[in-house]
Amino acid sequence: MSDDHVYLTLAEGHEDDARWAYGTGFEDPLHGVDTTVPEGVDATELAALCVALADDALVSAQRLAEWTTRAPELEEEVALANIGLDLLGQARLLYTRAGQADGTGRDEDAYAYFRDAGEFRCVRLAELPDGDFAFTVVRLLVLSSWRLAHFEQLAAHPDPVLSAIAAKGVKELAYHRQYAAEWAVRLGDGTEESHRRTRKALEQVAPYFGELFTAYDVRDEVVAVLRQVVEAAGLPMPVYRPLPGSGRQGEHTEHLAPLLAELQSVARAHPEATW
Amino acid sequence: MVTTLTDVRRARRVAEQVPDPELPMLTLADLGVLRDVEVTGDGTVVASLTPTYSGCPAMAEMRADVAARLREAGYARVEIRTVLNPPWTTDWITPQGRRKLTEHGIAPPGAAPRPASGPLPLVLSPTRRTVACPRCGSADTEETSRFAATSCKALWRCRTCREPFEYVKEI
Repeated sequence: MSDDHVYLTLAEGHEDDARWAYGTGFEDPLHGVDTTVPEGVDATELAALCVALADDALVSAQRLAEWTTRAPELEEEVALANIGLDLLGQARLLYTRAGQADGTGRDEDAYAYFRDAGEFRCVRLAELPDGDFAFTVVRLLVLSSWRLAHFEQLAAHPDPVLSAIAAKGVKELAYHRQYAAEWAVRLGDGTEESHRRTRKALEQVAPYFGELFTAYDVRDEVVAVLRQVVEAAGLPMPVYRPLPGSGRQGEHTEHLAPLLAELQSVARAHPEATW
Repeated sequence: MVTTLTDVRRARRVAEQVPDPELPMLTLADLGVLRDVEVTGDGTVVASLTPTYSGCPAMAEMRADVAARLREAGYARVEIRTVLNPPWTTDWITPQGRRKLTEHGIAPPGAAPRPASGPLPLVLSPTRRTVACPRCGSADTEETSRFAATSCKALWRCRTCREPFEYVKEI
């Protein structure tokens, strides 16, 4: 054991059971956690909720990762990748919980790589293309505020696993919301061009608010945060003209399938492989 | 098989000494992610770890490292369990861990934010946070990015000695 230099210890060989944040065939991230679904919790509903929240996170993480090598500044690239990584971690835990709750025992890879677009339950706002930096910031502001409000409630969920995942997620999402809010103010209150683009981004996200607020009582909190940010940014609240349909019902935009095709391509080409 | 207190102590000491994969100057005990080590009636060593961030890519590595070290120490049966509750915060980093971070040029975290009773407020006004430069000790420092090379760190710079440094941000 090479304890003499801290970094040398990292180069030690492993029995092939330790890998970093890429590839397939990871060890269950909930390994050793009590998987019982408590009495009084509807296991089917719990699984559906976990899948929907995981799909939002996985698809958002993929969109955020698309900024890698393309962000306006290195610091923003690192920030967006970090936020995506947090969401990917939340997705892994939630998929694993879903597979336990729905009785299929499916692992995270089965949900992420081997379902088609119609089986995904992410909200459509998550799957829209990145657009410009202003759109990415405004979308992140809306989605992180919404997810944070939702996770604050879920921290009291009767399922102890979902509750623990949510309690951990709240801390991460607070950082995501803070990042997006500060950038939204900076852009809205910045140059004429950044103001124009941020205003346009607000108008582009507004039609997708409807499906965020259907099932959960978080609307007031999210709208209050959004109002606080747009006021500080000198921007108007966008007019809400809802689009019909909902990603939560499996109704998606034309943008989800190409996103999944890329995300799933290697796993599907080599279904038994781990890397 | 009879489990003695010595077994538990020894197994605990082995697990405690495993370095963190991303902050290798810290042991997993310093970082506060090793929650418990016990030896069951059949001699299985059960080590419980808690993740720092949901997406921390080092978790699988930590689990494998702890298991490998325990096996090398002669424990044939090893089980690593994940504990999610209560969630890890930077308050779990030990005083010794904080000292080691500073010695390696990384500013340790301040007190973790208290959980809010209602909705978590969004604060848009600039917040004053004093982070001492781990190299020269100056308090005249500024944040350059809240996100850095790993989930748990932010980038700062010292205006006195002009050195950039990393800061383990409170969570």
